[in-house]
Amino acid sequence: MKKTTGKVTGVNGNMITVAFTGAVAQNEVGYACIPDGDRTLRLMSEIVRIRDGVADLQVFEDTRDLKVGDVLDFSGDMLAAELGPGLLGRVYDGLLNPLPELAEQCGFFLQRGTYLPSLDRATKWDFTPKAAVGDRLTAGETVGVVPEGVYTHRIMIPFAWRGVYTVKQVMPAGAYTVEDTVAIVTDAQGVEREVKLMQKWPVKLPINCYAERLRPTETLSTGIRSVDTFFPVAVGGTYCVPGPFGAGKTVIQHQTSQYADVDIVIVAACGERAGEVVETLREFPELTDPKTGRTLMDRTVIICNTSSMPVAAREASVYTAVTLAGYYRQMGLNVLLLADSTSRWAQALREMSGRLEEIPGDEAFPAYLESVIAGFYERAGRVRLKDGSIGSVTIGGTVSPAGGNFDEPVTQATLKVVGAFHGLSRARSDARRFPAIDPLDSWSKYRSVIEQNRVENLRGILRKGADVEQMMKVVGEEGTAMEDFIMFLKKELIDAVYLQQNAFNDVDASSSVDRQKASFDVLETVVSETYAYTDKGEARRAFLQLQQAFIDWNNTPMGGADYDTRRAAVLQLVTEAPHA
Amino acid sequence: MHKLYHQIDNISGSVVTLRADGVKNKELAEIDSRTGTSLAQVIKLAGDEVTLQVFAGARGIATDAQVRFLGHPMQVPFGDELLGRVFTGSAKPRDNGPDLTMNPTDIGTPSVNPAKRIIPRNMVRTGIPMIDVFNTLVESQKLPIFARAGEPYNDLLARIALQAEVDIIILGGMGLKHDDYLAFRDTLDASGALSRTVMFVHTAADPVVECMLVPDVSLAVAEQFALKGKRVLVLLTDMTSFADAMKEIAITMEQIPSNRGYPGDLYSQLAARYEKAVDFEGAGSITILAVTTMPGDDVTHPVPDNTGYITEGQFYLRNGRIEPFGSLSRLKQQVNKDTREDHRTIMDAMIKLYAQYKDAAEKQSMGFRMSEWDRKLLRYGALFEEKMMDLSVNIPLEQALDLGWQILATCFEPMETGIPSKMADRFWPKS
Repeated sequence: MKKTTGKVTGVNGNMITVAFTGAVAQNEVGYACIPDGDRTLRLMSEIVRIRDGVADLQVFEDTRDLKVGDVLDFSGDMLAAELGPGLLGRVYDGLLNPLPELAEQCGFFLQRGTYLPSLDRATKWDFTPKAAVGDRLTAGETVGVVPEGVYTHRIMIPFAWRGVYTVKQVMPAGAYTVEDTVAIVTDAQGVEREVKLMQKWPVKLPINCYAERLRPTETLSTGIRSVDTFFPVAVGGTYCVPGPFGAGKTVIQHQTSQYADVDIVIVAACGERAGEVVETLREFPELTDPKTGRTLMDRTVIICNTSSMPVAAREASVYTAVTLAGYYRQMGLNVLLLADSTSRWAQALREMSGRLEEIPGDEAFPAYLESVIAGFYERAGRVRLKDGSIGSVTIGGTVSPAGGNFDEPVTQATLKVVGAFHGLSRARSDARRFPAIDPLDSWSKYRSVIEQNRVENLRGILRKGADVEQMMKVVGEEGTAMEDFIMFLKKELIDAVYLQQNAFNDVDASSSVDRQKASFDVLETVVSETYAYTDKGEARRAFLQLQQAFIDWNNTPMGGADYDTRRAAVLQLVTEAPHA
Repeated sequence: MHKLYHQIDNISGSVVTLRADGVKNKELAEIDSRTGTSLAQVIKLAGDEVTLQVFAGARGIATDAQVRFLGHPMQVPFGDELLGRVFTGSAKPRDNGPDLTMNPTDIGTPSVNPAKRIIPRNMVRTGIPMIDVFNTLVESQKLPIFARAGEPYNDLLARIALQAEVDIIILGGMGLKHDDYLAFRDTLDASGALSRTVMFVHTAADPVVECMLVPDVSLAVAEQFALKGKRVLVLLTDMTSFADAMKEIAITMEQIPSNRGYPGDLYSQLAARYEKAVDFEGAGSITILAVTTMPGDDVTHPVPDNTGYITEGQFYLRNGRIEPFGSLSRLKQQVNKDTREDHRTIMDAMIKLYAQYKDAAEKQSMGFRMSEWDRKLLRYGALFEEKMMDLSVNIPLEQALDLGWQILATCFEPMETGIPSKMADRFWPKS
């Protein structure tokens, strides 16, 4: 294909207009060239609109020093990600530039116009052929495998190839770099094509090389009691965590990235604080993944486009992240994508839309906001691959609603398309009740680790207890019937010992499914009892004592020496309490 | 080499357009007119039409004013000579000292590579229990102080500046009342801190574009000091004026406003400044404390709201006290595990009880009968407010923790506080 070039005719913030001759495609990538002494700075940009023969491009970098008449070099390709072995454990920016390697080259600051390959070109991978000569394969079917950490990384017919290919030659087992050819196949017309360890995929398109999409039915264990029991997430499902600032969105995401029972975690830090990424980045190599015995970093990829990095690349970063997630799903793995925060991504869309002078929708967000959000979450899902194995992508996105008000466009557009809603409340976070997932407003369409009717029973107590609490604010404690008061105390107990979880306590930070079941059993026993206290002070004291005993139990490692004693201590208090 | 232009086509607000070629985006220009010379920056290019933002405002600029493009973006001088000096937003002297031109440094430089950041690890002691105990300030943190206009936020800022252990203080004043500016200068001067301070001050009467430049010039200078190994504290007041200045320019430029007239990129603009807070591996650090006044005491107003999402926590200043609810230092977990073993326990228990006290106080004000528990809470609340929350309390962290245990022991039984038995057994004061 002949490459097209153009000339810059206007610059407005990170949007440039370019007059071109020849053909260009929507979303095609081009490079704006700034002469800089004897070299040329090449700024990556993407076509977002073509009008009257002039292209509007968003530039992924600062447009300082760009001038009218500068050359624009179109690449002929859409924004694409390099997919292949060697992605795990790495830290990338939104355009999949490896950040540590950039730091080696440029020092403390991100220099614009410097792009590095995502996959290391020198590393050799141990390739084992799986396909045989004569096999007829389609996109996404396995040619061979290489080991990547504990996972078997499948080398597949590139996803972008259409039609059926006949294997003509497979290279023998051995060490190959990502650019080496490992198989030669021929298409229906007999044209030969080379399969390498690496392929490219345009990030804005979903990867659909599977046999069928399945219903997400299994519960994904996150280690957070409030989530797994009350507002569960399914393997291959979607959920969102909206909340005002300071309500603990990031702590929940961090906890999930650490303890979720999945194979691979992709963390997309999209327009958020750099400091938070740094925590993950520095801590994960130190932490051990109980499932594999290796470090947590070995199962993690961080896509990091923090708030001070260029806005257009922020928009790209969520797509890059979901593309990587989709790629590892093709290996038959369960992948969790955590996007923090989708609101920043929506704001990036809004900024661009404003520069394009599109007619604004609600709160100046573009009219296509909802369909874009829906399109993103729909890239989640549990699928049966062409070889029968099952893989999944679960997407959890945080939303940062303006003013903490869930009625704003991004939250509402998200709620329409997700399967679970973990709404964080300011009232809970102010009272230091973490995780601040509101037990009354949140919902989930997925199956809990505990039987549904038992969960509903406890939610009933939470609801009634909250009603009593409201009423007590009006009629006072003395105006409240003993029965109601105890209902309120039960609600407080459930909240304190089950919903609240101390993310900074080594034991309590994550609760396994077994432990949750054990806790739930005891809690259910405690709150199902009818207590016959005559004095409210006495009742409060007794419940506080129960709470204390329960928290002590929560902080004891399961299987540890004190575990059974502490459990018995809780039940003992119930037995000793006055009953009707 | 620098070509001169004499024909300005449009003047609107502080934005002018003219026809010129070979002009680079964000390049600086000098405009000579009857009222004097001002710098201006290129903010938009369309064909041969160049849009400039005039730092001193467009008042008095004639259509035949002389425009000269300088070929470089906005720069600020850097060196130890800056210490003790006061400048305007465009880095011109505001005091009677000489104009400085050494080591011109670009402002608004690229972002720090996240891979080069390190986890913050040094507590900044302030002697204020509401900060040290409950929301510890950490080196390289960015924290706003949310306050209504009229709260003593500048006093608090000045006090933290004096007591915090840092090498350099950069004060960026935006929309300051002139007497506030003088108050700052005098306080820092009286304590001998002025000699390690650089001030960039835009007062309410100065041109609005200079207000927008203050954070950038302040942070560019801070960054240079930090790269030389200094621990720098940047104080910005008031960021709402900065945002309002952006709003003014955006509306003049006929941009589509997003929320209450603010431009759609408000978040990104604020973030680009706040994210300059950093701890450089092997060099110094930048810590940012910024006042954000809340119009109408409304935290959901776009400026405090967007700020809250960017910064690592916030302090609410209300009725002259740092509010325990809502105030938060996100980085405290990084340092309060290494201070004293009981630090977190005291922090959690005291706040939970204070929340319950608030409920009890509300009940009392509505005339309900107080239970025994309520009375305990009321007593606790009063003690807490008097001994901990008052801003005049100035004690080291360890003393504050001991005080915490004492207050708890005065009011409650260990079991009532929700403190794990293990901690209570060890730290509960034996009467």
